[in-house]
Amino acid sequence: MSLRRWGINTIEFIDQPGSQTADSAFSQKVRELSRSDLDRCYQCLTCSLGCPVAFAMDYRPNQVMRMVQLGQKQKLLESSTIWICAGCETCVTRCPNEVNILGVMDTLREMALREKVEGKEKVIPTFHQTFLYPVEKLGKQYELGMLLLLKLRTKDFFSDLGLGMKMFARRKLKLFPSKIKASKEMKTIFEKTRGV
Amino acid sequence: MKYAYYPGCSLESTAREYDLSAQAVCQSLGIELKEMHDWSCCGASSGHSTNYMLSHALAARNLAIAEKEGLDIAVACPACFLRLKHTRHAMMNSDELKAQMAESIGSRCEATSDISHLLDIVCNKVGIDTVKTKVTKPLSRLKVASYYGCFLVRPPKVVTFDDPENPQSMDILMDSLGADAVDWSGKVDCCGGSLALTRRDIVIKLVGELMNVAKGAGAEAIVTACPLCQANLDSRQGKDTLPVFYFTELMGLAMGLQGPKSWFKKHLVNPSGLLKSHGLL
Repeated sequence: MSLRRWGINTIEFIDQPGSQTADSAFSQKVRELSRSDLDRCYQCLTCSLGCPVAFAMDYRPNQVMRMVQLGQKQKLLESSTIWICAGCETCVTRCPNEVNILGVMDTLREMALREKVEGKEKVIPTFHQTFLYPVEKLGKQYELGMLLLLKLRTKDFFSDLGLGMKMFARRKLKLFPSKIKASKEMKTIFEKTRGV
Repeated sequence: MKYAYYPGCSLESTAREYDLSAQAVCQSLGIELKEMHDWSCCGASSGHSTNYMLSHALAARNLAIAEKEGLDIAVACPACFLRLKHTRHAMMNSDELKAQMAESIGSRCEATSDISHLLDIVCNKVGIDTVKTKVTKPLSRLKVASYYGCFLVRPPKVVTFDDPENPQSMDILMDSLGADAVDWSGKVDCCGGSLALTRRDIVIKLVGELMNVAKGAGAEAIVTACPLCQANLDSRQGKDTLPVFYFTELMGLAMGLQGPKSWFKKHLVNPSGLLKSHGLL
């Protein structure tokens, strides 16, 4: 397999001194929250070579590991990479040193949201929050409502309209939502985990 | 053989035909699926991508329900399957998390109920030999590419099912139905998942590559166990399409059950031409 296939022409490491102040508290926090010993990463590139979406990332997974070690907080929280990661766990499965790479990505995403960092990728975080809205209110997903809300929030009204109509015609999208009986429990779950 | 059945949200909407075919097949195989009382969404990718504790709490609420019912869990959707598995795995390794979950969901959960995917139950609990005895209409060497996707087999320590790089369960199952499972390299490649709604460009590229590999291996159709994979492959493959089945639909067809025609009507890529050419419809 050639490195070029994944858009990796040169192996570059983002550790030029002086480019950004190292935030060691950030590094430590990511280590703790991701429950991953990411210092075990020795830059073998297995994660990036197997990553199906590396071609669309601004920093590849191996670079993210190095950037966390070097405390490059701002670059990471603004990166498109943390949102492009599809969570497929190929990297986690193949990492020879058992670094929980997806755990690191999830931690960075959660940090970016909590700290309200405006990154390069705006639609994906909006999607995730929109996806969870019906879950909080109803206890279940309500695709049609979620899709309409996503369109309102992203002001993108026309993409996939034809596909949506086809799905609707095949009754793949329910007109009305269903709600679980204990929907109050969902409210509690969301409230209790919001601040943790 | 009785399970607490966790269909997942997709099976009530975009993957209705998966639910109908799964229930029909399980009934015929003597697997009793008792839908879990008042189950709720697992949070899917959006849960773990935005809030670690929330993602576990959403799954733990469902684990607690099955535990009260005293049943192991049968899951249809691999995304739900992996979310429940992850939470059970994490809770079994952390008393602290168990305590946090009790606080979040308002009831104690020991994560005792085991979690299996329907494909695992059919292949390993019921067994291929039993499936073979139920086949009345063999699939006449229909060439299918078994597509497992990500969440059924990865990460292996958490899901503990089949091989993470070259799984075989669905291939063996398809062969036992009289189909011909082609050997191909796309089995566990990602379709892009929920990026379908946000970064269509990525999903169209990934699905295009998968379809090319499948066609190159001689496949006439794709067979999957995942509502998200099915939706992405069915809707984003462009021209020169291949039908994308759920494994339970092909089982129902081979077992001569009532229903396949109505299931197939829900597909975007109409499979009836292919099935008629094989004398299967």
